[in-house]
Amino acid sequence: MGFTWRSAALPLAIFALLAAAPFLGFSQGWHFTMLARGMVYAMAAISLMLLVGGAGLVSLGHAAMLGVGAYVVVVMDHAGVVEAWKVVPLAVAAAAAFALLTGAIAIRTSGVHFIMITLAFGQMAFFATSSLALYGGDDGYTLYNRLELFGTRALEGRMVFHFTCLALLVLTWALVTALLASRFGRVLRAARDNETRARAVGFEPYPYRLAAYVIAGAIGGLAGVVLANATEFVAPAYLAWQRSGDLLFMVILGGLAGPHGALLGAFAYVLVEEWLAKLTEHWRLIFGPLLILCVFFLRGGLISLPQLLGGRRDG
Amino acid sequence: MNTTLLLVQALNGLQFGILLFLIAAGLTLVFGVMDFINLAHGVQYMLGAYLAAYFAAITGSFWLALPLALLGALVIGLLLEFLVFRHLYDRDHLSQVLATFGVILFLNQGVKAVFGTAPLQVPVPDLLTGGVRVMDGLLYPTYRIAILAAGLATAGLLWFLVERTKAGMLVRAGASNAPMLSALGVDVKRLFMLVFGFGAMLAGFAGVMAAPILSVEPGMGDNFLILAFVVIVIGGIGSVRGAFVAALLVGLVETIGRGLMPDVMRLFLDPSAARQTGAALASMLVYIVMAAILAVRPAGLFPAGR
Repeated sequence: MGFTWRSAALPLAIFALLAAAPFLGFSQGWHFTMLARGMVYAMAAISLMLLVGGAGLVSLGHAAMLGVGAYVVVVMDHAGVVEAWKVVPLAVAAAAAFALLTGAIAIRTSGVHFIMITLAFGQMAFFATSSLALYGGDDGYTLYNRLELFGTRALEGRMVFHFTCLALLVLTWALVTALLASRFGRVLRAARDNETRARAVGFEPYPYRLAAYVIAGAIGGLAGVVLANATEFVAPAYLAWQRSGDLLFMVILGGLAGPHGALLGAFAYVLVEEWLAKLTEHWRLIFGPLLILCVFFLRGGLISLPQLLGGRRDG
Repeated sequence: MNTTLLLVQALNGLQFGILLFLIAAGLTLVFGVMDFINLAHGVQYMLGAYLAAYFAAITGSFWLALPLALLGALVIGLLLEFLVFRHLYDRDHLSQVLATFGVILFLNQGVKAVFGTAPLQVPVPDLLTGGVRVMDGLLYPTYRIAILAAGLATAGLLWFLVERTKAGMLVRAGASNAPMLSALGVDVKRLFMLVFGFGAMLAGFAGVMAAPILSVEPGMGDNFLILAFVVIVIGGIGSVRGAFVAALLVGLVETIGRGLMPDVMRLFLDPSAARQTGAALASMLVYIVMAAILAVRPAGLFPAGR
């Protein structure tokens, strides 16, 4: 999972496409909505990839991180604070704090217990937001404006918002790629592959894993802020455990070999979902079996497709 | 909150716990014996309820619908095992989680496509309508008492099967060391299927029993699934005894917490704030209990011998 230019080619191509999209005719409202959704999910999936692929921690509660970030936007909006430079750091810090608190307990366990505990913490956050009657409870909360940038309404502009999302996505990808290539990432992978051996050479995995969990949570919180601003609406449904399942699917769909897999997986997911939803209202009847088939046959994810199709190529 | 109300809450909690146990029992056996996480176990409960609603509408009788629904749940469970789960036993937990998540998406949408999104109603069977006088001024519905009795009887039967029969012995042996059991000449694949079908039927049974008192709707299994996971994590994965104790605990905490929390909060806060924070705390209470238990005993209350 060290950094190579070859594994960077795909993300750079995707970023270039995203940057060019508004000028290639994809400039209607729903285009921007779909692209923003893809970019938010890509950020969330990349942060989850740090846990699943990097540290071997399968979290089924990652949607809660996005939820915490999104609800900080709501709480601040209700209090009349809409300046991005105040709200964003607060949201990221809140998500990181939530990750620290829940991670400190969850990482004590491993394997199936970890999956279930993260699921349980996710549900806890879901029910907590459902009972926030002040912020709409189950029905959610409508944001009438996006965050302000130095007191201006710049983010209301489609182009500005699109490129802000893109910049944050590139930043996320670069950060996670750098982390995984660093010594920190190597320790995570060593502990994932063989915990006993990692301990034997003097690395206690716990603090590394917790740090990864907190960083993933912080990025998830940032994705939540963007999500809230993209949809201008926040509801407890954002924290539903099915959302966490979707995120996990994006990561696996793309492939666990690096952050570029999660990036590809997220966009593939959004496109397939969009396409199937247009086909029939019961699109999940197709989507569910599709997911199962992916698990059965697409073991290395989409990024391994060239090798699968074109024979094995050692690289 | 007076004694009568507390008693009603306790009975409701026990009855909820019994339903949870029926779902969790299958889940914990499947996990214990096959090391297989089945997220789709909750939809098995939903299918039980839908099948009961469907057959009750056709035959006009709950008592005919009950065996038919159980049979249907068994058949669907075995079919899923054959089509999907069988291919996942030697895969990692992540793959199992994802594939069974796909099954949930399919089946939740499937019942929507077939039965529509509106909740279905199943009438309480004639024999069990009305109430039983538990104490002065407290009339408790007969049907709910019947659920309690049927659940306890099933738990007893399950205990007998697991602890006192040959098949149960094999299941316990499989839970502690499946490869060894296989090496001793036991057809582990068939054992897996047996356990799986039985677990699916138990969850279906819980669904049938819940149908007359809860609304039958798409996604009704999802919340139960997560609570069932909490139950088996608290009880210790693979342990039926642990699942029983934990299910009753979770049922009681969940139900009494919802009744009691707002009152407790009123000691500190003004009424409207107390209602809100009380409700929020009550829905989180189960998870807080779970986190507390796991912080002290990471393997659960009754870890299966491994």
